[in-house]
Amino acid sequence: MTALANPSAPPAAAGRPRGVLARAVRRHLWRGAALVACAALLAGCNLTVLNPSGDVAVQQRNLIIASTALMLLVIVPVIALTFLFAWRYRESNTEATYDPDWHHSTQLEVVIWTVPLLIIIALGAMTWISTHTLDPYRPLARLAPNKPVPEGTKPLTVEVVALDWKWLFIYPDQGVASLNEMAAPANVPIAFKITSSSVWNTFFVPALAGMIYAMPGMQTKLHAVMNEEGTFRGRSAHYSGTGFSRMEFDFRSLSQQDFDAWVEKAKATGSALDRAAYLQLEKPSEAEPVRYFGSVEKGLYDAVLGLCVEPGRMCVAEMHHIDRSGGGGKDSEANRDRLDYDNRRLESGEEPPGATAPASGRPARGPVQPEGMQPRDQERGRDVKEPGTTPDPGRPGTPPGADQGTAPPQLQNRPTDRHQH
Amino acid sequence: MFSNLDLQQIVFGRLTLESIPYHEPILLWTFIVVAAGGVSLLGAITWFGQWGYLWREWFTSVDHKKIGIMYVVLAIVMLLRGFADAVMMITQKALAVGVNEGYLPPHHYDQVFTAHGTIMIFFMAMPFVTGMMNYVMPLQIGARDVAFPFLNNFSFWMTAGGAALIMLSLFVGEFARTGWLAYPPLSGAAYSPGVGVDYYIWGLQVAGVGTTLSGINLITTIVKMRAPGMTMMKMPVFCWTTLCSNAIIVTIFPVLTATLALLSLDRYVGTHFFTNDYGGNSMLYMNLIWIWGHPEVYVLVLPAFGIFSEVVSTFCGKRLFGYTSMVYATAVIAFVSWLVWLHHFFTMGSGASVNAFFGITTMIISIPTGAKVFNWLFTMYRGRIRFESPMIWVMGFIPTFVLGGLTGVLLAVPPADFVLHNSLFLVAHFHNVIIGGVVFGLLAGVNYWFPKAFGYKLDPFWGKVSFWCWLAGFWVVFTPIYALGLMGVTRRTQHFDDVAVQPYLTVAVIGVFIIMAGIAAFLVQLVVSFFRREQLRDLTGDPWGGRTLEWSTSSPPPPYNFAFTPVVHDLDAWWDMKRRGYARPLQGYRPIHMPRSTSAGVILAGLSTVLGFAMIWYIWWLAALSFVALIAAAIRHTFDYDRDDHIPADEVARFEELRTAQLANGVRADA
Repeated sequence: MTALANPSAPPAAAGRPRGVLARAVRRHLWRGAALVACAALLAGCNLTVLNPSGDVAVQQRNLIIASTALMLLVIVPVIALTFLFAWRYRESNTEATYDPDWHHSTQLEVVIWTVPLLIIIALGAMTWISTHTLDPYRPLARLAPNKPVPEGTKPLTVEVVALDWKWLFIYPDQGVASLNEMAAPANVPIAFKITSSSVWNTFFVPALAGMIYAMPGMQTKLHAVMNEEGTFRGRSAHYSGTGFSRMEFDFRSLSQQDFDAWVEKAKATGSALDRAAYLQLEKPSEAEPVRYFGSVEKGLYDAVLGLCVEPGRMCVAEMHHIDRSGGGGKDSEANRDRLDYDNRRLESGEEPPGATAPASGRPARGPVQPEGMQPRDQERGRDVKEPGTTPDPGRPGTPPGADQGTAPPQLQNRPTDRHQH
Repeated sequence: MFSNLDLQQIVFGRLTLESIPYHEPILLWTFIVVAAGGVSLLGAITWFGQWGYLWREWFTSVDHKKIGIMYVVLAIVMLLRGFADAVMMITQKALAVGVNEGYLPPHHYDQVFTAHGTIMIFFMAMPFVTGMMNYVMPLQIGARDVAFPFLNNFSFWMTAGGAALIMLSLFVGEFARTGWLAYPPLSGAAYSPGVGVDYYIWGLQVAGVGTTLSGINLITTIVKMRAPGMTMMKMPVFCWTTLCSNAIIVTIFPVLTATLALLSLDRYVGTHFFTNDYGGNSMLYMNLIWIWGHPEVYVLVLPAFGIFSEVVSTFCGKRLFGYTSMVYATAVIAFVSWLVWLHHFFTMGSGASVNAFFGITTMIISIPTGAKVFNWLFTMYRGRIRFESPMIWVMGFIPTFVLGGLTGVLLAVPPADFVLHNSLFLVAHFHNVIIGGVVFGLLAGVNYWFPKAFGYKLDPFWGKVSFWCWLAGFWVVFTPIYALGLMGVTRRTQHFDDVAVQPYLTVAVIGVFIIMAGIAAFLVQLVVSFFRREQLRDLTGDPWGGRTLEWSTSSPPPPYNFAFTPVVHDLDAWWDMKRRGYARPLQGYRPIHMPRSTSAGVILAGLSTVLGFAMIWYIWWLAALSFVALIAAAIRHTFDYDRDDHIPADEVARFEELRTAQLANGVRADA
């Protein structure tokens, strides 16, 4: 498997399509040969999941390989026997035995139930153990193989908030926050606390560890460590609405020194993240440039988790507390308005993220982009801006449906015209 | 909602002229093509004066064979729609890399992938499977129709009504932009205020009634209407898989209906089951929808397993190996399918023990499935295998499906799932089992039972072309998609920043066009076979050397299926009858009591569809009107006592004499 773990291999883009086609054509050759060919093919590209940089993801990778090997014990013979029997007992082969009444054999029945059973017992044991050891809620026991976490190591705590189509990372111990970029020192355990502001998302950095959901009003946890320095891609893996495709961020794994410098830079260049700034930030927008916040209002993350950043909202935990102690009875009527978490967007006259007709004036499929979306044109790439630069000019400033007309300006330079079918 | 009422709102609800996407070129052209096709089809029917025929012989028919065929036709039409969505999705993905935006903006692309999933599961696979079960199962158990023939017709039209609503969303308004299971809070009123999710809800609710009723119907048929002598353990395997599949249906579809009803309450009357507001909990929806959703895949795949069992045994000329273990394997799969739903959300923060439990129950399913594969293998062992069009699908199915099983068990290991969940690896996995298992099975079934239904075989050459295109196309599409999943690429993105993915997607696009050739070859196969029907004619009723009762009657079977109810002595009843020198009785025909055609099914389903449409667009007067009409029509139907039809003895005799002549001289049935 070392062939797979070669991140510096060239992408070999030209060779790949033919390799894949060839694989499909060769299906009827001996399976083992096909697997070798497949491994060679996969070695040519960067399969992050099979070649991760964080210890948790490495263990998950090892589990994938071990389970696959275990299952191939039964699958390879099955496929081989399929072709063997098909060839041997073809109609034109009159030499083969034909026994139309042979339909039962207790010994064989025992074998065909036992073999999968044994494999599943082995796999089940592996599953039980690995699910517990790799439980994302469990604090890390090691940084790398044979390298336990040193006594007294304090993990880096990062509070992650999935906003409508961008990621906010709050560093409570450092007192800074960043948008669409996360930094962490390599070889230091990271304790993530994850939530979301509106809908479901998934926090996923493939090179670091498996994914975990980000859900409004709920908190999930993840413990992980990155063993290499470098920049890795992270993104939301759960569809969350119109701007979802660009809900990506860079995960920067730095030396301790560089990380400290990163924190300093955030402190020096970033603005303050208080409740008002958060409420502004929370509004739907996509492909936001990287931004830093030099200070974070105390308790902001807990307020986000409780869906009570906006003044006057009751926090979810508070409501749960009231409910646990028997409920508020008739008095809870007074709390009704404080429990509106979703509808605030509709009631305050703001459009829900991504709304199209008939909720807003915008056509359901046309080129006019919904609230929070950028105009689409060929030239606009995703350029990550340095902190301090102005926000992307493409953010919506026009009232809903204002640019709706016979020929919206975007229509002129849209790729739609070129890729018609 | 009622603050600023005006006349237009009262009459049309939220339906306005802007809801019709005439400004969107892709849809405009689609609409023009669909409209032109539709008008010419309707025109042709009118020109040839076929409306009366269609209405009397098909639309209002309660004959399980005709309903089965209508289900399959619906499924094939929806396959084309769902496949068009697939082509749009993959080409958009392959184009929208780096600075290129592709041709579908996100709010259009998101509707496309939601529609693809919804249509392929609910309106392609489900009707296809139900159609097969409907057509074949009563013939296999020696019955003359299903237990509740009117309900069968009604079920079909409800499914068609749901499909009509989903298709309508293409041209009036929009479809959901939530993914095919519409998870809240995204699908709640706050984040999806348009009509898309309402189309989704009402399309599925209308069709869901049909599916549930059809499940009840088919179970009752199997339990109560088997031919004398056919004990449960002498039933063909396809009937067993039908029974288990429908047992799952009747337990899970009410859950789906209730879940969607709760979601509609959230959206329509402001309850808070799944919202963030007022302590609603979206995790509830996740659990409920997957309690429906996971067993659903076994609803689809079990009948496909049944088809493979029938095909293998027939074309190996050999009794199925390990019938009893096959039956128990089916039952175990059905039972365990209710205990695995949580594996769809290992990554949502359940405890390790919960995750491990559901991971292991999921793996347990692979034990009976593995046993089934071995049983098919040992049926081939010492057989005499004829590689005719149905059998080659089995040869494609076994290797494809076991590899899909491998990746499935991999996903059942929670820590592995953490890195593979929501990735393109997952997408490749479920296409691997649904195409490699369900679709291959259904196409094998079409090739196998077509001569029974229409009296002539399907053209073998085009069948083989279709098979090879499907098989090669499948692997060319999904091998790179598996690889992309291992690169950490996740699903449902409309655009990629990373240009390294483009070569893989380009290969996948090539593969999609190969599959398209496979679908085209299948349609060509239908047309060519129709024109070559004289050469392909089956006069015996038993073109493949069949083993089960459906092959004992003529092709196509007479309306009453069997002039005399067969008596069963052994498994593979027809094989047994042939071996013991069964002689067809040639006299003593008696009048046969059959159910009478009724238009109630069409009317009730039509009213339900109108009700759904009115609810989607908030046209309250129409909703109230159609609801009242629906209740009235249902009550009226209960007073319709004229439900019996008797086929007189001399008409039976005429059918049977034709069959005798056919068997003796090769005279055509319709001559």
